[in-house]
Amino acid sequence: MFYTADMLKAFQKYRGDAIVVPGRGGRHWINISTAPNLDVPLGDPAMGGHAGFALGLALALPHRKVVLFDSEGDVQMGLGILLTVAEQRPANFYHFMLDNECYATTGGQPVPNARNVAYDVMARGAGYPRAFAFEELEDLAQHLPEILDQPGPVFVAMKVHPEIENKPIGQRSKWMRKTRLQAIADLQRELGKGEIATA
Amino acid sequence: MNDAVIAHLSPKVVLEELKKHGVTHVVWLPDSETNWLYLLMKAEPSLQLVAVAREGLACSVAAGLASGGKVPVILIQNTGLMESGDSIRGWLLGLNIPVVLMVGLRGWTRHGVTQDTAATYTEPFLNAFRINYYLVESDADASRISVAFEEAKKTRRPVAVLVADEYHGFNR
Repeated sequence: MFYTADMLKAFQKYRGDAIVVPGRGGRHWINISTAPNLDVPLGDPAMGGHAGFALGLALALPHRKVVLFDSEGDVQMGLGILLTVAEQRPANFYHFMLDNECYATTGGQPVPNARNVAYDVMARGAGYPRAFAFEELEDLAQHLPEILDQPGPVFVAMKVHPEIENKPIGQRSKWMRKTRLQAIADLQRELGKGEIATA
Repeated sequence: MNDAVIAHLSPKVVLEELKKHGVTHVVWLPDSETNWLYLLMKAEPSLQLVAVAREGLACSVAAGLASGGKVPVILIQNTGLMESGDSIRGWLLGLNIPVVLMVGLRGWTRHGVTQDTAATYTEPFLNAFRINYYLVESDADASRISVAFEEAKKTRRPVAVLVADEYHGFNR
């Protein structure tokens, strides 16, 4: 088990010009990323949808890597998206999943069958051509270059320490530096040089 | 002979509407209204079909596609529309996604009496989410699909088209 921030620091070295949808890792990623206009930190628009959003981006922008940091709670809530990703087979889609075995933002209650789910096996069963699971950061760091060099879709389950929040939502520190709409607008502007046609 | 037999909605007309408005992706879950439309969509090279296993997932996929500069349409049944409430709120309304939801109106009858609660709750559901909608029963109503696309683009909001021709139009 490792910390999300440490994992994101390891990933940053290999990010290149990929679009990053940081999902539940957003609060850490905004302090690590060196290309904020290629990041889409959305917080939590509606639980269970991060993978669908990132898949949509990957399908829209097939020449650009899209890296998602999903969570096990989100994946449990929208399991069917694994089938859609596998059927669409976007070669530019890299689906990382933070597994802290709990709903950290609601007080740390365990997700269903928290300690006994093999998400990599589920992804492979859904049809992902490649799927991995890591519990040690050194092991992940060693495999990251190969994971990101090969075509997607790929699924990477990672055991991370829970960072539990118990404060009422109104008393929590706000980590997002821009609104969701601004994040998307910045991405579109960044890609506007020939890659994207916006309405 | 009743109205439903005389007038019907042709899948070719619907497909032409999608093409006219530059739709690139159809994010969908099949229902009884869309069988023939599926065959036409599959044969249409300008459309990419993205099948989902639950309708709420269509909202986040469409949001990603639209954010990436594509023009998705969501094609689902009213039952799935109601399942998708939080995703509509967060991924479509919350991100100002200009998308048309083509919704099969299961249970619709012209005289208004239905024993299918799927139809009973569809319009109240859309009203609760303040999503505007247009009823399309036959080819004569097809221009309302264009109205929906134009309104979605102009308002940067989801707009619904209620396809009220189950077992007739798309299944011919």
